[in-house]
Amino acid sequence: MSHPANEPDVKRPLTTADVSPPGAVPEGVEAREGRFRLPTESLRAYTMIFALVAIWLFFQWKTMGINPTYPYGIFLSPGNFSNLLQQMSVTGVLAVGMLMVIVAGQIDLSVGSLVGLAGGVAAMAQDPGGLTGALGAALVLGVVIGVFQGALVAYANIPAFIVTLGGLLAWRGVILGLSKGATIPVRIPFFRELGVGKVPQAAGLVLAALAILAVVWTTFSRNRARRRHGLTMLGAGATAARIVIPVVLIIAFIYLMNAGGGVPVPVLVLLAVAILGAFLTQNTTFGRYLYAIGGNPDAARLSGINIRRYILAAFGVLGLLVGVASLLHTARVGSASPDAGTYMELDAIAACVIGGTSLMGGRGTVSGAVVGALIMASLDNGMSLLNVENYTQYIVKGAVLVAAVGFDMLGRRKS
Amino acid sequence: MSLLEMRDITKTFPGVRALDGVSFDLYAGELHALVGENGAGKSTLMKVLGGVYPFGSYGGEVVIDGRVRQFHSVREAENAGIAVIFQELSLIKELTIGENIFLGREPRTFGVIRWEELYSRAQKLLDEVQLPLDPRTPVGHLGIGQQQLVEIAKALSQEARILVLDEPTAALTDAEVETLFRIINRLRARGVGMIYISHKLDEVFSMSDRITVLRDGRTVGTEPTSALDEPRVIARMVGREVGDIFPEATHEHGDEIFEVRNMTVEDPNVRGKLLVKDVSFKVRRGEVLGIAGLMGAGRSDLLMAVFGAHPGRTTGEVYVAGERVHIRRPSDAIAYGVGFVTEDRKRFGLVLDQTILNNMTLAGLPRLSGRFVTDVDAEAAAGGRAMKDLRVKANSVFTVAGTLSGGNQQKVVLAKWLLTNPRVLFLDEPTRGIDVGAKQEIYGHINRLAQEGLAIVLVSSELPEVLGLSDRVLVLHEGRVTGEFKRTEATPEAVMACATGHTRRAA
Repeated sequence: MSHPANEPDVKRPLTTADVSPPGAVPEGVEAREGRFRLPTESLRAYTMIFALVAIWLFFQWKTMGINPTYPYGIFLSPGNFSNLLQQMSVTGVLAVGMLMVIVAGQIDLSVGSLVGLAGGVAAMAQDPGGLTGALGAALVLGVVIGVFQGALVAYANIPAFIVTLGGLLAWRGVILGLSKGATIPVRIPFFRELGVGKVPQAAGLVLAALAILAVVWTTFSRNRARRRHGLTMLGAGATAARIVIPVVLIIAFIYLMNAGGGVPVPVLVLLAVAILGAFLTQNTTFGRYLYAIGGNPDAARLSGINIRRYILAAFGVLGLLVGVASLLHTARVGSASPDAGTYMELDAIAACVIGGTSLMGGRGTVSGAVVGALIMASLDNGMSLLNVENYTQYIVKGAVLVAAVGFDMLGRRKS
Repeated sequence: MSLLEMRDITKTFPGVRALDGVSFDLYAGELHALVGENGAGKSTLMKVLGGVYPFGSYGGEVVIDGRVRQFHSVREAENAGIAVIFQELSLIKELTIGENIFLGREPRTFGVIRWEELYSRAQKLLDEVQLPLDPRTPVGHLGIGQQQLVEIAKALSQEARILVLDEPTAALTDAEVETLFRIINRLRARGVGMIYISHKLDEVFSMSDRITVLRDGRTVGTEPTSALDEPRVIARMVGREVGDIFPEATHEHGDEIFEVRNMTVEDPNVRGKLLVKDVSFKVRRGEVLGIAGLMGAGRSDLLMAVFGAHPGRTTGEVYVAGERVHIRRPSDAIAYGVGFVTEDRKRFGLVLDQTILNNMTLAGLPRLSGRFVTDVDAEAAAGGRAMKDLRVKANSVFTVAGTLSGGNQQKVVLAKWLLTNPRVLFLDEPTRGIDVGAKQEIYGHINRLAQEGLAIVLVSSELPEVLGLSDRVLVLHEGRVTGEFKRTEATPEAVMACATGHTRRAA
């Protein structure tokens, strides 16, 4: 039987998933989800949070007694914690965009070079363009290049790995040429504030209060919607948990940040990007289609989804977020150097993978990717506090990446 | 003495006992059929035999030539003369026939492969299975039937004395089936013991010496084929007497809702080769139009082309409710009210990692949920109703689709298309590889949907299915319509004659 009609029109490399479908269950076995068993997805989430807390406690314990001001450890002190979140914000923003591309079954290796290019262009645009010119240049450039690469992948059928590997080289070359190798300082004060500024404490409290209101409102309106559709409503206990847990986290967060001088602006940007990203992936047709395309491109196409358009869009969104990340990075460093952003694509991909994203597509969450970025930043920060040698830090991070996926595979096999 | 004896085999998966004290034996030169519904444990039993589940992961004994054997790997089972040809063929498309046959067992000198010897031995094996091909041909160029024969050649090269055939004819044409049966008879004469798993009872009855029925992981009984008949075997498989499995249904036919005129489809890989030639058909509301034909007759290509999903060049006209429409991509088809339950649900129908709900709403998402922002609760309500209507067996709409049985997966795909609110529904092999009980349910749904006024186009390789459900049958042969029958005129013999190339114009 030769069925040309069966040929998928989006090519992807043969993966182990083709040999043994991830959902494969031996004949006659209906995998059962017991009443008290957690679904695999939330089990993973808990494991990840547990690992994160373990890492934090470990560094807290190891940093005890280093500084007499913090007898119980420096790591979780307001100042350091605020610093840690600031450090992760660039990777975090990139990881949110990268997640969407990976979920759609693609990859983007050009992200680091593009951070360098967009940051450099933003710094150069300060002079004639002012603040709007600088910010606009980075964002527009990010989107344009993202869409361009996405078009090559989606419409010219060039594998994303190749397109963006080319981008990794080419965009670095472009910024080296444009800047002639020079480092360009950030002159506009507001631009600089994007990287190092802190939200006034009172404003932080207002934001926290709004966030709490939003949590309460969405929980109740969700329950109303369930009643309207004739679905079983959440019990009082579940409703309370859905409100109390986020509220406690919000209060703890704002307390810690305000004790450190206020919420850092890049952290606020990351939070906004993460919330928007989570909304986009979980609550829009765009997000749903990305998962379908990454999970089974043939089924997605036959369900009427314009695969090419959505792949292009995912690259476009990532491009925009690369623009945002380049601004945060340039502002934080205080200048744009032509080698800025080197290896950031790998950090972003690693964050996604540690956060449970499958590189084969179709699986992963924004919250996972952000926690993945947080785990990586925590390792960086903690090891630096302990004065661990640079080379050891690389080795540890590499080992953690591989181990995280290893544990994940182990867990999947059992379940 | 038996060639093979499996004693009291027990195999459990988390939460499920897949095999519960199954005993099975096989004599040299015998063809022993193993039948049962999907999920009865046939494949699991064969995986125990073939070393896929290593010794220690199951209970009971595997005895060959009176000696208890413990296989820790597929390779060990192969060395003991066991060859299993699974339903999903395990050949590597990029490698040649010869390379596939000797994969991992290449004749070599100090690790260097002796290609001349490999290919000359492969040629002899191909002659033996009557496959007139050069062993240097890449397997990807072969049809499924030919690949099946390559698998058998591979089994022969291993000098297998126990050969397991799992649904070997599922994808074969009649001619290929005949070749296969000739080879089976020759192997039988050579003393090879064969275990034959099939849903096609007519084949089982014409080929086998004995039949063992499995149900829910237990042996229901083993008897000589001559002592059994089809109704009794079916009764044992399902544990109840099955009446007529095709409910007699009368469909009220309404207006003509869908028409295809002069559809022609070119093979995207071979210029000038036509897969579908000048095919026209009409369907009325409430009518089931069956499309019969052999594998490769162009039935799926026709549907794919009408649906706007065929990669080849397509010409022809489509009319919905009398109006000419242009369907360039699946989203156009969906917008005009065409639904398409595609064949091969795992490949074309489902995103296996996703929940039942996300699969059900995938095609109709903007309508069910919202153009951009989705409304999970509205979806869950619609999905929950569909799940109840089609009786999908799962804990909730949030169960992952990949964990469902074939029949339930098929119902999810059906639900996906019903939730697009179609006026015309294409069904391509809607019951392939699902058990008898689920088949019967699907038949019931097809009849109900037709009664509710949906126009249905049904493609199936199972002739009884086409004849039992359709009001009208269109027969394709090599891309051309060779016959059209009303329900009352459609006898299996007449339809088969057209499917093999005899032309008839009527109805």
